[in-house]
This record gives sequence, structure tokens and C-alpha cells, in this order.
Amino acid sequence: MANNYEIRLCGYGGQGIILAGFIIGQAATVYEHRNAVFIQDYGPEARGGACRADVVISDEPVLYPYIDTPDVLMAMSQEAYLKYIPQIRKDTLVIIDEDLVKPETANARKPIPMPARRIAVELGRLAVANVVMLGFLTAVTKALSVDAVKESILASVPKNTGKLNLSAFEEGYASALKLGAGK
Amino acid sequence: MKTTAIARIGAHPLDEYLRTDRLPHIWCPGCGLGMILGTVLRAIDKSRLDIDRTTIVSGIGCTGRAAGYVKLDSFHVTHGRALPFATGLKLANPNLKVVVFSGDGDLAAIGGNHLIHAARRNIDMTVICVNNFIYGMTGGQLGPTTPEMGRTTTSRKGNTEKPFNIPYLVGAAGATYVARWTTAHVRQMERTFIEALQKKGFSLVEVISPCPTYYGRMNEQATGLDQMRYYRYNSVVKHFANLADVDISLDGQIIVGKFIDIDRPYLPAPKGENGK
Amino acid sequence: MSSTGQISGEFFLSGDEACAEGALAAGCRFFAGYPITPATEIAEHMSDRLPEVGGTYIQMEDELASMAAVLGASWGGLKAMTATSGPGFSLMMENIGLGLMLETPCVVVNMQRAGPSTGLPTMTGQGDMMQARWGSHGPYSIIALSPASPQELFDLTIKAFNLSEKYRLPVLVMSEESIGHMYEKVTIPTREKINITPRRKPNVPPQEYLPYVPDDDLVPPMAIAGEGYRFHVTGLTHDERGYPIMTAEAQDKLVRRLVDKIEKNRNAIIEVEEDGIKGADVVVCSYGISARVATVAIQRARALGIRVGMFRLITVWPFPVERVREIAKNIKAFVVPEINYGQMALEVERAAAGRAKTILIPHMGGAVHDPETILDAIKQAVK
Repeated sequence: MANNYEIRLCGYGGQGIILAGFIIGQAATVYEHRNAVFIQDYGPEARGGACRADVVISDEPVLYPYIDTPDVLMAMSQEAYLKYIPQIRKDTLVIIDEDLVKPETANARKPIPMPARRIAVELGRLAVANVVMLGFLTAVTKALSVDAVKESILASVPKNTGKLNLSAFEEGYASALKLGAGK
Repeated sequence: MKTTAIARIGAHPLDEYLRTDRLPHIWCPGCGLGMILGTVLRAIDKSRLDIDRTTIVSGIGCTGRAAGYVKLDSFHVTHGRALPFATGLKLANPNLKVVVFSGDGDLAAIGGNHLIHAARRNIDMTVICVNNFIYGMTGGQLGPTTPEMGRTTTSRKGNTEKPFNIPYLVGAAGATYVARWTTAHVRQMERTFIEALQKKGFSLVEVISPCPTYYGRMNEQATGLDQMRYYRYNSVVKHFANLADVDISLDGQIIVGKFIDIDRPYLPAPKGENGK
Repeated sequence: MSSTGQISGEFFLSGDEACAEGALAAGCRFFAGYPITPATEIAEHMSDRLPEVGGTYIQMEDELASMAAVLGASWGGLKAMTATSGPGFSLMMENIGLGLMLETPCVVVNMQRAGPSTGLPTMTGQGDMMQARWGSHGPYSIIALSPASPQELFDLTIKAFNLSEKYRLPVLVMSEESIGHMYEKVTIPTREKINITPRRKPNVPPQEYLPYVPDDDLVPPMAIAGEGYRFHVTGLTHDERGYPIMTAEAQDKLVRRLVDKIEKNRNAIIEVEEDGIKGADVVVCSYGISARVATVAIQRARALGIRVGMFRLITVWPFPVERVREIAKNIKAFVVPEINYGQMALEVERAAAGRAKTILIPHMGGAVHDPETILDAIKQAVK
């Protein structure tokens, strides 16, 4: 499993976590011609509750599709953060929306805070917070190329929101660079 | 062989529509099914339907055996499922004329859910529902249409359940053509079948039919003739009757006639509609 | 998408979507179904896509009706499919039996979830494997396939349609929630590159046509309604004319042919995947999502120096009895992880016939195995 890159996105239902997972997987496969598996955690609720999107990216076919401890955990809600924070390794990169998650001080690893929700509100559309997050994730992890993620976004969102979503991606990406992620 | 004896009688005008090598049929003396099947075939003949494209689907029961005697593409399927099978057939090939010929138990009990949904969808097919008030094939048990106090082998002291009023049921569900006759109304039945076969949408004709072996014997109409006499003297023609009033009781009137004849969108939608 | 609604290329699809696209690529033009988790996405996708390729989608009132409508549509001349999960699969058993008796080509997909009864609707299971084999009443044989990825769901759905036309019966695709809801890359070839088995049409004029006179491979050609053959078919025991014959002799002749047309062609039907069987001391026999989970255990075991092979069932029914028996001669044990309390393991045990041990690794459903559990069993097996 050494060559797998494992991403876990979590939050609450309705934040677009699942779509973000799909966009990552589609970027890796359709636009980068690599392999990826995307699995979402299904519950009976359509809205609310903790939800999760797991994506495994690999240059090889992915035999085992599940994530035990991800390379990166990105949390968009306190409930989801608390649920999934026990399932990390020492070197797991933890990213949180700083307005939505208060990290446990007891946990040794310091999470990277990002303002996805705030940036989305500034862009005038809370719904694009998931895409802001994707921009941030792309910059921080370098797991995927910017072009592949952008193409995947455009192929997955309603046509009339393409521009807005690309701005959201750029803002998220830039906010990561400000933290020094690009270096 | 029996078939040789039949052959000596000479050709019947409906032989073209019958699998004569399967006759004689299994139905009891005095049963109404032969009369009804004959009438359906005359109606198909007079309607000048393309017989290569006319198909019959039957479920299980005495009436269900009808599909096996007609020389058309014919399907004898599972108990109660004639309607959904026919729905698939018709949607797959809208050029087919699909006739479902089955009994009250098959269509209104085990297939009751399919009956209301086929009427609701207004699938373009003609359903002939032979109602003899009882399960004949299995030996005379209580059915969904057995009248109150009707005696059967599973209600020996008389049925205590309210029976289905089939025209009321399918009318409420959305059928575009609903009629009822008895086997004492062969000419009316034939005219009605011809109309129903031409009708676009879900048409259903209920035919009240004698089962002397079980229903008649257990309810003081011991022969087919007794039951025919009963129909003859107790039927009242009331076209477009209020369907709430066409319930059938053990010894009351049988209201017959054409009850519903309306138009509304049907499936499969004609070409040019619904994007097809 | 082409003007005929065909698509090709690389897509990132869920197993459910891949299954629907596989059906469309195979020429399926009729879908009747009833919503049920986790197979609903197949119906949703078919309701969007069938009108684009000139096909028909209908949502029926229940799974009894769905299966009956699929049979009707097949006799109306279309390739037809339904998709469901355990509770609906139970209801479909009645008309799967009719489909077997009338010899009706069609495909039934079961996205298995954890049962019995309503069970865990959104969570995985493999508890319907014996139901797939024996769920309808009476003696018969069946074909069932088990895909291990969305790509394989696409490929095996096409294969299921082809087998259903070749052998004239409902073919079952026994997948799981895990695969149905998993997204992966799915490559859809262009139409010319997809092999499609056409319906076996009668080769005699209508007046000479008898619906159940088989060809040499025991499969009879099939007329469809409306083409002038004026045939009769019945769920009752019947002769070559399709006429009901109520005798033990007719029953014997018919049932033997229905079973033999599958069993005598089993070598042509069965597909398995093998890895490292030669020289192995223990072989993991699995299928579907469990086979993927088992690969982790196998890799870890091999890293420990254990000689372990993989035997993956792609065709689960008919079961590859001969091959399993052959493998059994040279190994200590089969390890069989499956998400139930022992179903295919019984078949492995029967085929091994005492030549090798069969070690079941059950999981009651709702999740997949922990690979460590399978590894422990492999370690035990070689001791």
C-alpha cells in the first residue's frame, strides 16, 4: 500500500464533502489517468450527521480500497473531527476549517487551520466552501495537479457556477500559499 | 384419441384462433369460460385485428388456462402476474395488441396491487376479468369477490368479508373503459369486447360467469343452467351506473352495462409524445 | 455522447452507474424496477439514460411486478434488466423461476446488503449467494457472476446479458453495496469493441416453429411476440410445443434439459482468477469485495514467507467444482472469507471433498473483513 495516497474528508451532510471526494477521484483518474477509489460513508440521513469521503489515489490499481489511517484528514465540522481524529498516524496531515473546528489540545499533532467557510462567505456563496477546501488541499498536499482538479471541478458543478467555483478553488489555493504551503 | 372425435365434428369457424390439438379443454360442464373465450375470439375476429400482433397473457387458475387454447402468441405466467408481464410486453413493443384474460382471484387478490397500478398508469391493454366468485382450480375456496354470506370450502358458514367491487376499484384507479356483463349477455359482451379492444388505455371488462362445480353447488344454484337463469332474471342493464352501487350480493341484482368510457393519457405514449 | 446515446472513454463512476452503463452497452433497452438501497442508483441512471438510447424505463409497484415486466419485455423483443437488493431479490424469486421455465433471457442485479429481512440497508453483505443458487422453488441451474470493481460491474453486466441470450435464462449479477457505491475509473470501449451476443432467432418458418426444440447445445431458438410465430409458453411443465404436459416423464425431460444446458456448458461459462496457486500451501477462495480485502492479507502472508494462493470466483454459479477439487489435492487448506455465516464456503468444502480443509472466515455484514482476521486464518491454515 506504500504507493497509495489516502485522503479523508469529513464534515456534516450538506457541506459538499461527498462532491469534493468525487472531484478528487475524478481528477486523479479521468484527468491524470491514474487510479483512485472514492468511497463515501452512507447513513440514513440525507442532511446533517457526520459524513465522510475517503479517496485513495495510486499509480497502481488499488486493490484494497479502504483507509485505516489517512495521509491527510480534512475536517469541516467538530463532530466529524472528533469522530475521525482517533484514526490518524503520527505523520497524518490534519487540516481543519478554523471557524468550524476547535482542535483538541491533548492531541499531539497540530492541525493546519484554514478559513474555507469564511472565504466562501466572502465570495458570496457558502455552498462553495468545499471547493475552497479543495484548492487548499491541492496546494498543501500536491497530490494532484491544479489543472486536473480544475477540470474535474468544471465537469462536476452546474455550468453557470463554473466561474464562481474556479474562484473558490483559487482562493483556497492562495490561502494555503500564504501559509507557506507552496514552498 | 379424443382429439380425433372432435375433428370428426368438422371445422369450427374459430378454429383459426384455436389450438385445436389441445381440445377438449379442461373446463367443467356448465362453466362459463368456453362461452367467454369464444366471444373474445369472435370479437378479435370482427375487430379485424392483426392476429400476428395480438397476444394473450393469462395468470393462474381456471381462467388462466385460456392462453393455452388460443392460437396466438400467448403467455401463461405466474399467479397474479399477468398484468405486470403484459405491461413489459406492451412497453417493449407498442405495436402489440395485448389482452389479459384471467380470473377474479388472479387479478384482484394475488394480483390486486398490479390491477390498480396498471389502471393508474393507464397501460394500453384490454383486461377480461372472469368473475366466478370463487377459486375453482384449487377446489372452491373463498375469493376476493365472493359475496357476503357466500359459501365456499373455506367459508362453509358463509363469507363474512366484504368483497371487491371490481368496476368501482379499477374505475377509481383510473381505467378508461370499464364494463360488466354476465355469460347470459353474449351479444352485449361481444360488442363490448370489440369496443374495449379499440379503446386506447386500460380497458377492463368483468364477466360474471358460472362455476356450477363449486360456487353454484355450494350456493343453491347447482347447475350452470341455474346460474345462467339467475343472471337472466336478475341482471339490470344500467350504463354509466354509479359504480359505488354496483356491488354484487348473494341473491340480489347484478348491475351490468358499460360503466366508464373516458379518454386520458396512456402508456406507452404514442409516438411524438413524451419525447419519443 | 454520440447521437445514438452511446458513450465511450474514461469515466469516474460508481459501481451502480457502471452497471447501468454496462447494461446499455450490452444493448439493454428496458428496465423495470422498484427503489431499494443500495441499488437505487442503477434505476436512477437507467431512467436518465434509457430514453437517450430509445429504450424504456418503468418504475413498477413492487419487485414481483418488476421481474414480471422484465420477462414480458424480453418476450416483446428487448434486452431487459432489473436491479435490486436482498428484500427485493426475495420477491423476484417467483418470476426468476418463471424466467427459467420459459427460458427468458434477462439480467437481474443484486446489490447485496446485510440481512436477513430489512437488515442494514446501507451496509454491505454477501448473504444472498445461496439464495441466488436455490432461491426459487424446484430443481434448476443458474448463472451468477460476482464483480470486484465498478469496471468489472460494467464488464460483467455485458457478459451477463451475453450469457442470458446464449443460454436463455435470467443471469444474476451478485454484487455488493461496497462495489455499488464505490467510485473508480471505468473505461467504456467504443461500441465496435464490445462483443454482443444476439438473440437466437428461430431458423424455421412460423408454421414449423416449436418453441422448445433445442439446438445441439440444448438451448432452443426463441421467437418473440408479434412476429407471426403464434407460439404458446407456460410456466407449467411443457413439451417441445410449449404445451402443458402433466406427467413425470415430461417433467424429467424438461428439467434435465434446463439443468444440463448450463451444467454441460459449464466449462464455457465459468470464469475465475488465479494467482500463485502453484506451490501454494493454502489458497484463499473469495469473491466480490471480499476478494479485494483478502489481497491485503495475502500480501502480508507472502511477506512472512507463507506460500498462499488466491482463487477468485468471477462466476459463482455454476461453481467451479472440478478446479477446486484439483487445487485441493495439492494444498493444506482453503481459507474462505465471505460476508455471511458460511455460504460459498460450503461449496468449497463440498468440492474439496476432504482433500483439503476448508476454513470459513465469516463476517455477519455491515462492513468488510479486517484483513488481519484473514491473515490469522492463513497463518493457522499452514500450521
